[in-house]
Amino acid sequence: MENQLVKNSALPDLFPTDKEAFANELTTLNLGPSHPATHGVFQNVLQMDGERIVSGVSTIGYIHRAFEKIAEHRPFYQITPLTDRLNYCSAPINNMGWHMTVEKLLGITVPKRAQYIRVIAMELARISDHLICNSILGLDAGAFSGFLYVFQEREKIYEIYEEICGSRLTTNMGRVGGMERDLNPKAIAKIKQFLIDFPAVWKEFGDLFNRNRIFMDRVINVGAISKEMAMDYGFTGPNLRAAGIDYDVRVMNPYSSYEDFQFDIPVGENGDTYDRFMVRNEEVWQSLRIIQQAIDNLPEGPYHADAPHYYLPEKEDVYTKMEALIYHFKIIMGEIDAPVGEVYHSVEGGNGELGFYLMSDGGRAPARLHFRRPCFIFYQAYAEMAKGMMLSDAILVLSSLNVIAGELDA
Amino acid sequence: MPFSNEEILGFVQTTIGEGLVHSSEPFDFLTVEVKPESLLHLVGSLKNHPQYQFTFMTDLCGVHLPEQKGKELGAVYLFHSWTTNTRIRVKTFAPIENPSIPSMTAHFNSANWMERETYDFYGINFTGHPNLVRILNVDDMDYFPMRKEYPLEDQVRRDKVDSMFGR
Amino acid sequence: MIDTNQPAPPGLEGPGFFATSMDKVVGLARKNSLWPLPFATSCCGIEFMATAASHYDIARFGSERPSFSPRQADLLMVMGTIAKKMGPVLRMTYEQMAEPRWVIAVGACASSGGIFDTYSVLQGIDRIIPVDVYVPGCPPRPEQIIEGLLKIQELAANETTRRRDTEEYKALLESYSIS
Repeated sequence: MENQLVKNSALPDLFPTDKEAFANELTTLNLGPSHPATHGVFQNVLQMDGERIVSGVSTIGYIHRAFEKIAEHRPFYQITPLTDRLNYCSAPINNMGWHMTVEKLLGITVPKRAQYIRVIAMELARISDHLICNSILGLDAGAFSGFLYVFQEREKIYEIYEEICGSRLTTNMGRVGGMERDLNPKAIAKIKQFLIDFPAVWKEFGDLFNRNRIFMDRVINVGAISKEMAMDYGFTGPNLRAAGIDYDVRVMNPYSSYEDFQFDIPVGENGDTYDRFMVRNEEVWQSLRIIQQAIDNLPEGPYHADAPHYYLPEKEDVYTKMEALIYHFKIIMGEIDAPVGEVYHSVEGGNGELGFYLMSDGGRAPARLHFRRPCFIFYQAYAEMAKGMMLSDAILVLSSLNVIAGELDA
Repeated sequence: MPFSNEEILGFVQTTIGEGLVHSSEPFDFLTVEVKPESLLHLVGSLKNHPQYQFTFMTDLCGVHLPEQKGKELGAVYLFHSWTTNTRIRVKTFAPIENPSIPSMTAHFNSANWMERETYDFYGINFTGHPNLVRILNVDDMDYFPMRKEYPLEDQVRRDKVDSMFGR
Repeated sequence: MIDTNQPAPPGLEGPGFFATSMDKVVGLARKNSLWPLPFATSCCGIEFMATAASHYDIARFGSERPSFSPRQADLLMVMGTIAKKMGPVLRMTYEQMAEPRWVIAVGACASSGGIFDTYSVLQGIDRIIPVDVYVPGCPPRPEQIIEGLLKIQELAANETTRRRDTEEYKALLESYSIS
């Protein structure tokens, strides 16, 4: 007996006999902007052939806060809280980069002690950023415990930030000309304790993931990117170093006494997800090395430059001395003008070269301030990288690129 | 070892001649302003030069300078040579009535989104760009917000009283 | 002070039975099992991750399972700046949630636009969806986020079982054009 489908003419033809046409349809899948991995708000509209991605279009701008427009209406010291919110996982790096840009414009030299304190804060921020990235990559691959261990350690970093500047996440740390206060003994004790306690935890995290058969099967040869493609698409930072090029702003154009410290630059081979994970892993060890050297050799001296026109005077002086009162008034009311000129300064952020292009026309607010945001530039390559991949691999690649939405959209 | 600014400037002059409008070195950073027509030729020569090797484009952004009549809108490019650690800034300007600059996607793929962002903010038309649409703002926005004549604040908000915010 | 004892609601007690009003029992159950939808957009989202991690742990208040599907969530936690481009997405997420549903606006940006008084940022999510609790801060400390959650628990415990039928609530949703 033949197997016959009873067709009711009122129903649509759900089972077309033309299997060819049915098999060649592509599915459109909308990934985001609100999606389960809390990476940030960006959208990828994917054309899928079953489980495989054929092509994709990335749309961003879901958290565009118009930083560059705001910066044209604010004096220099009020732009620091804006820079916090760029790569909010490692806010001190953004703050210090901005301060260094303004110091370059104004011609201020920062004393050694302040530079070493800045280095400690920036390396702690780098550790904090890489902790989030690697643990969330583990979370996306299905390993939840690493995330919990790591966040416990991040609380310790937050406590150190609180000792230095008062705030946990959006730090607004330091000032143009140095730091706002010296490292108090409790902060130094907490940093030293962190350097004693953290390596054991990070080693445990590494033991969980680095040679874990399941993790390795999921991430090796997934999302590989060649050196030429990485350079062409503007990659910098750990993603570029995983592809095999050892470009690091701290070594190429050293700033804030980085030339005093001994550290290595971890470089990968294939540029796949496993290499990105391992490069970040190793960078945390190198950052710990830098912090150890900085805190052991912390020089004595002032924690800010002698620049009365730009650095707020001490409160006791404001209440007792006339010049200090006048400087305080002029700085706060924004009546001190900056020199005319344009300056570009870049620092090694958690994701790559974070640059600040500042054009000043002499007024209290910049004429133009542009942030060279590494996430924005390398995220362009994601649609290209995801072609031909299975969806689950594409999620891991997205997670390993460490795209922070605040830095993407600015 | 970075090449000296004089040497690179000499190369720029021999490559594009009349296309070089102005050069300066603010804070020791060689900055050249070129005409839009000579831009791609100059960048290609810098990129493919056997010694200089400016193979990385660090940044691309727009500026609006209302005082420069006839050259209000501009694009600023930063290039970096990783092998010799030399940097150069190239600027080019266009009039605000019909701003049009050749697209750098001919040489660098990373220029794609950076030019879209510059178009979104300033309205500069990059000729030759594969997909020049808005990227960060809402798609149906009908003005270019970073131009100096537009205000920062949202004009339709009801809850913030301007007089109390010092405006 | 966080009181982890859950006292029984007022009722009539006897050997082998306890009688109280239905609203109280349902309120007790609802308040201790609020499943959040973490709508995290920016920096406040990182503080939420710290709140959900083991140090501050919202799981001990019943928010054990963060649900990213709005149909299965009770509590919409909007954390971070909402730009005008994101507004329709947030609205769609809220409309998909089933009653009973509550909304927390975490952070200054979600409450009122925060430091971003610009053309591209929505000045507070209460422009498009009704909000129950606002948690100020930039970003708020995890303890503050937990306090916001406790206030939602108070609301959940003391509301009537079918809030959706009350006149006041219907008028509120009308004002937002949510059917």
